Amino acid sequence: MSVLDETYQVIVVGAGHAGCEAALASARMGLKTIMFTVSMDSVAFMPCNPHIGGSSKGHLVREIDALGGEMAKNIDKTFLQSKMLNVSKGPAVHSLRCQADKLQYSLEMRKVLQHTDNLTLRQAEVSELLIEDHKIFGVKTVSGATYHGDAVVLCTGTYLKARCLYGDVIEYNGPNGLKAANHLSQSLLDNGVELFRFKTGTPARIDGNTIDYSKMTEQFGDANIVPFSFTTDPKSIQKPQVSCYLTYTNEKTHQIIMDHLDESPIYAGVIEGTGPRYCPSLEDKVVKFSDKKRHQLFVEPEGLSTNEMYISGASSSMPEAVQHAFYHTIPGLEHAQIVRNAYAIEYDCINSEQLTHALGFKEIRGLYSGGQFNGSSGYEEAACQGLIAGINAALYVKGEEPLVLNRADGYIGVLIDDLVTKELTEPYRMMTSRSEYRLLLRQDNADLRLTPYGYRVGLIDEERYAFVQKKQKMIDDEIARVKKVFVSGNDHTQDLLRAFDSIGVNSGASLEELIRRPELSYDKLAPLDPNRPNLEEGIREQVDIQIKYEGYIARQKKQVEHFQKIENKRIPASIDYDDVPSLRIEARQKLKKIRPENMGQASRILGVSPADLSVLLVYLDSGKYLHKEEKFES
Amino acid sequence: MFELDTIAAPATPLSPAGIGIIRISGPEAVINTDKIFCGKVTLAEAKTHTIHYGKIMDGDEIVDEVLVSVMRGPHSYTGEDVTEINCHGGVLVMKKVLSLVYSLGIRPAEPGEFTKRAFLNGRLDLSQAASVMEVIEADSEAALKNSMKHLKGSFSHEIKGIRDMILHETAYIEAALDDPEHYELGTYGDKLKEKLQPVISRLQNLSLSYREGSLIHNGIRTAIVGRPNVGKSSLLNFLSRQERAIVSNIPGTTRDTLEESVRLGDLTLHLIDTAGIRRTDDTIEKIGVDRALASIDEADLILFLLDSSRSLSEDDIKLYHQVQDKQVVLLCNKSDLEFHRDIEEFCRSVNCPVVYFSTKTGEGKDELMDVITNLFFHGALAGAEDFYVSSERDKLELESASHSLELVCGSVDAGMTEDFFSIDLMDAYTSLGRILGEAVDEDLVNRIFADFCMGK
Ligand SMILES: Cc1cc2nc3c(=O)[nH]c(=O)nc-3n(C[C@H](O)[C@H](O)[C@H](O)COP(=O)(O)OP(=O)(O)OC[C@H]3O[C@@H](n4cnc5c(N)ncnc54)[C@H](O)[C@@H]3O)c2cc1C
Repeated sequence: MSVLDETYQVIVVGAGHAGCEAALASARMGLKTIMFTVSMDSVAFMPCNPHIGGSSKGHLVREIDALGGEMAKNIDKTFLQSKMLNVSKGPAVHSLRCQADKLQYSLEMRKVLQHTDNLTLRQAEVSELLIEDHKIFGVKTVSGATYHGDAVVLCTGTYLKARCLYGDVIEYNGPNGLKAANHLSQSLLDNGVELFRFKTGTPARIDGNTIDYSKMTEQFGDANIVPFSFTTDPKSIQKPQVSCYLTYTNEKTHQIIMDHLDESPIYAGVIEGTGPRYCPSLEDKVVKFSDKKRHQLFVEPEGLSTNEMYISGASSSMPEAVQHAFYHTIPGLEHAQIVRNAYAIEYDCINSEQLTHALGFKEIRGLYSGGQFNGSSGYEEAACQGLIAGINAALYVKGEEPLVLNRADGYIGVLIDDLVTKELTEPYRMMTSRSEYRLLLRQDNADLRLTPYGYRVGLIDEERYAFVQKKQKMIDDEIARVKKVFVSGNDHTQDLLRAFDSIGVNSGASLEELIRRPELSYDKLAPLDPNRPNLEEGIREQVDIQIKYEGYIARQKKQVEHFQKIENKRIPASIDYDDVPSLRIEARQKLKKIRPENMGQASRILGVSPADLSVLLVYLDSGKYLHKEEKFES
Repeated sequence: MFELDTIAAPATPLSPAGIGIIRISGPEAVINTDKIFCGKVTLAEAKTHTIHYGKIMDGDEIVDEVLVSVMRGPHSYTGEDVTEINCHGGVLVMKKVLSLVYSLGIRPAEPGEFTKRAFLNGRLDLSQAASVMEVIEADSEAALKNSMKHLKGSFSHEIKGIRDMILHETAYIEAALDDPEHYELGTYGDKLKEKLQPVISRLQNLSLSYREGSLIHNGIRTAIVGRPNVGKSSLLNFLSRQERAIVSNIPGTTRDTLEESVRLGDLTLHLIDTAGIRRTDDTIEKIGVDRALASIDEADLILFLLDSSRSLSEDDIKLYHQVQDKQVVLLCNKSDLEFHRDIEEFCRSVNCPVVYFSTKTGEGKDELMDVITNLFFHGALAGAEDFYVSSERDKLELESASHSLELVCGSVDAGMTEDFFSIDLMDAYTSLGRILGEAVDEDLVNRIFADFCMGK
């Protein structure tokens, strides 16, 4: 039988959020790229919640954009509602979230892929990795076709050996009835890759025509829509928005769940995978927080071309009949018709400790991976990893240094560092509390922080890079100017301060001092600052934040300095942990497995105690190690 | 794999009573003890955590009758195989046993090495380990009591409690930031401040007690000052006749200035530059005075001596002026001779405590103890309700934790939003964690999920 045999430079397996970013990055960096998907109809498909962004995830989307990724641009084209979360809090935790039109999102992304040079899309299931001497040279599909490539990026999401469960029903397919990918896991195991089995779940989709919205609270979008992408003109996206609705479960709902708990595959012990704590099923919430009399549910539109509504907060793997019963106890859903029922899904993913910070496999050269396959969860988490994995696969083929972001560079750095240094016990989700330096890593300054990296790897063009540099300079200049402005205590000043409920300044005050008052801001004080240049909003915002929070920002910068110091303390790659005396067994095993590149990474490995670190430091400093090196060389 | 060698040292001071324990720890502890032990069983076959009666033999010669306990790792104090020889035959015999042990190729332990191994083997946390080191080095009973408390973990326990509260509050803030549509913060800042204030003063008190802890632990550095021939050497002799400070003979823990540490009840006085002071009683007065003056700078306490049988001299007054800014106790050396009125007047005029003291009868000794206790420990010595922080490291971490919590209160007052609080809350959490030797790891994230219902 004749079989297909083709050659590319980079092969991407998967067309989910991770795969799309990986393939686009690689192709845009000039490499001949092919991407595979089990189904062409599920490109950039959202199998769960119909929104992008939210607390800390919004940061990831902005960072993806600054590096030259696609997610932010795509959601700007296809959102139904936009909201900046936490606006009453500090700027570090402001976070943008958009409701997406799922189908449009998928179609727009497919259009972008299809219009990208160097990129081929193919519907085929990849079944085998071609590896020799710890080096990958291609993949095989179920049809027997061989694709040669210098680098491969795996972004298989929730498809590997997937099975969907509700009640006692088990369906051996991927999300949303799509085909599962059942062969690749074995090939991974054959090549020594360690696999985990994780699970997650999704709530029911309900026919909007059967919902009584009058019993729910309508949730509107923001009046002023802020785009996700730094390149989108805000004026171009102001439009009428679609609402979400808020309702609650009640004791009746909880009673039904308790009565049927033994019918849930999780509580019956059928599910093998480990589920995430941050999106618990309604069953989990009712059991674990039994003192809570009700739980919030958000009813969100799936898109303009369907009347299906997504019931956020009510994922479940109860039998169909129980689902019908408990959804009907919820105000507004008494007569609801379920279109697609809730279910849990189990799938294979890897132990991400096998990866480097560049998202390449430590033991298999040329093999990279991103997304749910790496043990994370969420569209944004997937997309940013796909982007980094794709960039590094391309850099590898080009023979260039990898792009590695650290915890002080951005949320992406935090996410990847967590993934590769901490053994996961559940799907990993980004959270704002995971980021130590969040006052510096804001969504509003992602462009200033990361555009230079995007430029370096070739995903950001000259013009955009120059624009960001100019923006930075204008911010710096304006801050310097503001610091010299003194506001006199005349009537004009007192009137303005009074208007904002701010205490008067009889003998005047520096403008800087006034900006620091919580009730005032750079913009509000414009009338007292006649020589102010005319600056656009993005610049004014930075000036305001950097002056207002200067003390805190300075403190975090100091912490970052300290962090960098430990991070710069390198651990030689050839270290033999068996030679280090007094390491505890657990620490020794962990260090041998993860092989951290520096003391900072070592300090974040679970199971490595401060005492182990001192022991390691003493060993590295004692010169014993060097001595061994010399002997080794001679 | 790298093996630690086997070490040995007395686990108790070589006391004249003659009962003492020699501890041996390491991979060859049991085999080696067997080489000198003769009992019903061989120790190599003995179960862990058992005690055996037998004799220590040097060839054919019986050295001592002993009890030997066998504890195998990892459930021993150091986490390694350990034997302990309980000797009964007095100091000389114990020394003999010890030299026998060393002759087997077992290395004398460095000070604190057992504890270091226990710590490295994960048997103790950092705070417990530091406190064991203090037990080893403790000079007086008060210090010992304090160390025991620390060891049992009442300090660790309290710090853990404070950390727990900080983590819970941070988790609440973070849950609300992560899931703003589920958790409202409202006027959380004021509530938080109310909760933090008592914690801040507690942490500050703990760190202030470092000075007291250090005075108990290291002894009060004391200089005896006075013009020549006022009786400094008889005071010194008197103090030296008192109970000696317990100084363990574990190699390396012995103080250089052994003869100068004296105990006065529960207090340890560390007499500084005694040599110099002694010489002042010799003829070369000038040198003596100079030396005494030099020692003043380093002293926590000045015992200023006057001879009440002689009238006050210019020198007395001059000398007093030089020390009056320090913590001074005026000691009037009582003699059977007549009491000079100008001395009495002088005593009334100074604003430091005065104690009439007789080195002959010991009269005034209790009063002196009380006065010193009052001066340095606010009247009550360690033990009662409170305990002291006695390591510089703990003190600094306590200070930085309370500073961080003050910054949180500052942020509340400045009207900052809640997300700013958690930066400093977590700093405080980390500082306190360092006292316990605990890293932060995933604590916060785990806590958010444990305490708050998150997610869609
Ligand atoms: C039921 C369900 C519930 C979820 N719930 C949540 C949630 O509550 N919160 C949350 O944050 N996230 C949730 N998610 C996860 C979210 O969907 C993913 O995080 C995100 O889509 C992952 O993106 P990805 O690119 O890694 O993988 P996916 O979007 O899954 O894409 C995988 C791609 O790989 C392709 N593929 C797989 N194997 C092969 C192969 N062998 N050959 C060729 N192509 C292959 C597929 O065709 C697909 O295009 C849920 C997912 C599901 C299915």
